[in-house]
Amino acid sequence: MAGKGDYILKTEGLTKEFKGFTAVDSVDLTVRRHTIHALIGPNGAGKTTVFNLLTKFLTPTRGTIAFNGRDITRAKPAEIARLGVIRSFQISAVFPHMTALENVRVALQPRLGTTFHFWRPDSCLRVLDARAEELLDMVGLSSFAHDEVADLPYGRKRALEIATTLACEPELMLLDEPTQGMGREDVDRITRLIRQVAEGRTVLMVEHNLGVVSALCDRITVLQRGAVLTEGDYETVAADPRVKEAYMGKAA
Amino acid sequence: MIRPALYLGALALLILAPFVLYPVFLMKVLCFALFACAFNLILGYGGLLSFGHAAFFGGAAYVCGHALEVWGLPTPVGILLATLAAGVLGVLVGALAIRRQGIYFAMITLALAQMCYFFFITAPFTGGENGLQGVPRGSLFGLVNLQNDLNMYYFVLAIFLIGYFIVARTVHSPFGQVLRAIRDNEPRAVSLGYDVDRYKLLAFVLSAALAGLAGATKTVVFQLASLTDAHWHMSGEVVLMTLLGGLGTIPGPAIGAALIVTLQNKLATGPLSAWVPVVLGVIFVACVIAFRRGVVGEIQAFLRRSF
Repeated sequence: MAGKGDYILKTEGLTKEFKGFTAVDSVDLTVRRHTIHALIGPNGAGKTTVFNLLTKFLTPTRGTIAFNGRDITRAKPAEIARLGVIRSFQISAVFPHMTALENVRVALQPRLGTTFHFWRPDSCLRVLDARAEELLDMVGLSSFAHDEVADLPYGRKRALEIATTLACEPELMLLDEPTQGMGREDVDRITRLIRQVAEGRTVLMVEHNLGVVSALCDRITVLQRGAVLTEGDYETVAADPRVKEAYMGKAA
Repeated sequence: MIRPALYLGALALLILAPFVLYPVFLMKVLCFALFACAFNLILGYGGLLSFGHAAFFGGAAYVCGHALEVWGLPTPVGILLATLAAGVLGVLVGALAIRRQGIYFAMITLALAQMCYFFFITAPFTGGENGLQGVPRGSLFGLVNLQNDLNMYYFVLAIFLIGYFIVARTVHSPFGQVLRAIRDNEPRAVSLGYDVDRYKLLAFVLSAALAGLAGATKTVVFQLASLTDAHWHMSGEVVLMTLLGGLGTIPGPAIGAALIVTLQNKLATGPLSAWVPVVLGVIFVACVIAFRRGVVGEIQAFLRRSF
């Protein structure tokens, strides 16, 4: 089964209609294992909707989704996560009233198998602290481990989100605009971080910052009005006149 | 440190209190304090506003009353049975309600609680409008006579402490951590692989069972189970107690319950007796507008700012 080994994620004819409006229109997307794959396109192209379909936060109207050769079209969001597909969100997805360490630990907890144990003291979670600290260290947050997350700056929250995602040991990470709303310095840090964590994993990301896309991504799929406009590496896509047109409008 | 000292002080006060204050009043406070702590588990830590907790409180009150009066079971067994019954009712109500959030969750719990209320009005074993009267207090395994108010007080105190400990432990457990995460950011918890409904259901059932424990104990104290226990007023009062004391703090709801019960008792005999609901309403509004963290929450916030 060479095909199964090559592609970690494959959609066929993926379609989502909202009351007569087709947000995603028969998208065939294949994500190769161990690559960083970007999903770009102008506002309203359906990028986030595709993400929500892939992670089952929305149910597709038509089409199929296969992860590692297994049909996951009808699976539930939490199931997908346990299979190893972990997503981030456009707005920072953290647990604001917990400390940074607790945030990461929540993602580590299922491996202890005690998540329903309401009779045990939470001190039994300390065995996870070492791994949680390691992950925080990796994203440069060691010094914030015991701070409540609501007080962290935005860029740090995004970094924490990545640490939390990594804690799940995902095979496929789906990052929804990881550098959105960030200053230059944070963008550089997150870009480096994504490259680092993509080692040995597969990343599918929605990203607006083309600088980040060109620096990171092996393959790019351009969406327009819910459909795939073109696909290829950065040079191919950047040279495609249709892509320029989609972003800038028709040149006069 | 400060915290163990506070707890020991509070415990000493609770042990000495019946020598100063009327024990039956104190037992009422403890029963409602336990009810509010149980309620806080689902509202304060689960982030779910249940408007039907009277069904568990009142339902358990009837089961306990029936078990002691008609079946003649020993008092602790009757209370335990009623607690279990409230837990089972919690599974049924919770399984339906947790599928929705916010106002819809509140409305489903209210609707189901009202169904329970009308069931209690018409069912033959509840005594209808009269309720179950003269429920025997019995004894503790034939050793301690619970007719004696002082003995009864220490029995109720023990039950309250057990319930309080269960709430505190649940909050600070591996399960409690997951529950906090779900309350903080549910979609994120889902995306990390948690079946959030199952965690919410467990929290709901624990909360319902402990509310039942409070209701059953109340029946033994007053030797009475009545429709008041299952009325939606009761569901509303427990929200008020929890908010006033401090949502999402462990001791807060107990203190809120003590304040409300004290107030009700004081007002009931004074010139304002007809105005109790109005006074409670004013407190509720003041609480929501001016000090949303409640008594304990505001004190904690003040201490955090100052030190």
